Amino acid sequence: MLSWNLIREMEHLRREMDEIFRGAGFGPMLDAPFLPGVGMRRYPKVNIREDGDGFYLEALLPGVDPKKLDMSVVGSTLTLSGERGEEENEGRTWHRRERGAGKFLRTIELPVDIDANKVQAEYRNGVLRVTLPKAEQVRPKRIAIKAS
Amino acid sequence: MTERNLTVTQDKDMTREDIRNPERFLTPAVDIFETDEGLTLVADVPGVDKDHLRLDIDQGVLTIEGLASQVDQGEQVLQEFGASGYFRQFRLPDSLDTDRTEAELKDGVLRLHLPKSEAAKPKKIAIKTVH
Repeated sequence: MLSWNLIREMEHLRREMDEIFRGAGFGPMLDAPFLPGVGMRRYPKVNIREDGDGFYLEALLPGVDPKKLDMSVVGSTLTLSGERGEEENEGRTWHRRERGAGKFLRTIELPVDIDANKVQAEYRNGVLRVTLPKAEQVRPKRIAIKAS
Repeated sequence: MTERNLTVTQDKDMTREDIRNPERFLTPAVDIFETDEGLTLVADVPGVDKDHLRLDIDQGVLTIEGLASQVDQGEQVLQEFGASGYFRQFRLPDSLDTDRTEAELKDGVLRLHLPKSEAAKPKKIAIKTVH
């Protein structure tokens, strides 16, 4: 239990460090939707919205073959992994190379458990949209109040 | 002083890119490579469909502009990308045959083929042997 927490703390620290450096002059470089290199920043970028029934996640994954995209949900944790193929190099002179390629993996922890059987995902125009319904036991329930 | 004036004239066509609100417009990442046939530009524009992407070439400046739609159900809990539009401009060399430009959009990636004009293509010259 202790070691688990330690790892998590380290992960939080690393993220915070990333966050600090993001504002320190490498702004445009780190803001590119895909960056070559390993582990420099979080990929893919996600937006998450929430309502009483569930979470709605959008991830920017341009040019990723949906067949190479892997998603799994355990409890309240969502894991996204995949690979973006590299452009071939033969007979080409590169003028600009800002889009990266390679493997990625991202784990997102949501505040409450997810009903893994009802998760829906759709990939369109380079954006992955995932609907994550909350598990039955954590959904808000309306309780009728009787007037006496 | 003269130096400053020079910069202004150079950037005249590009000012639109700077003026745009960075909160709403993202600069898409691009790859540009050249082959014997022409230039190919590959840009990441996730979330943009064909009808919301505008490409034009005007006076040697290529403009890529796109609008992406976003889900607005529920309340925002985590936001890592806020921009809903893409905008970027490039100055193209004169040696391209812009009339034969081809564009293709697939999985949020735009591929633009800009063929070189005949005059700019490398040519092999056969050497005749004279006896």
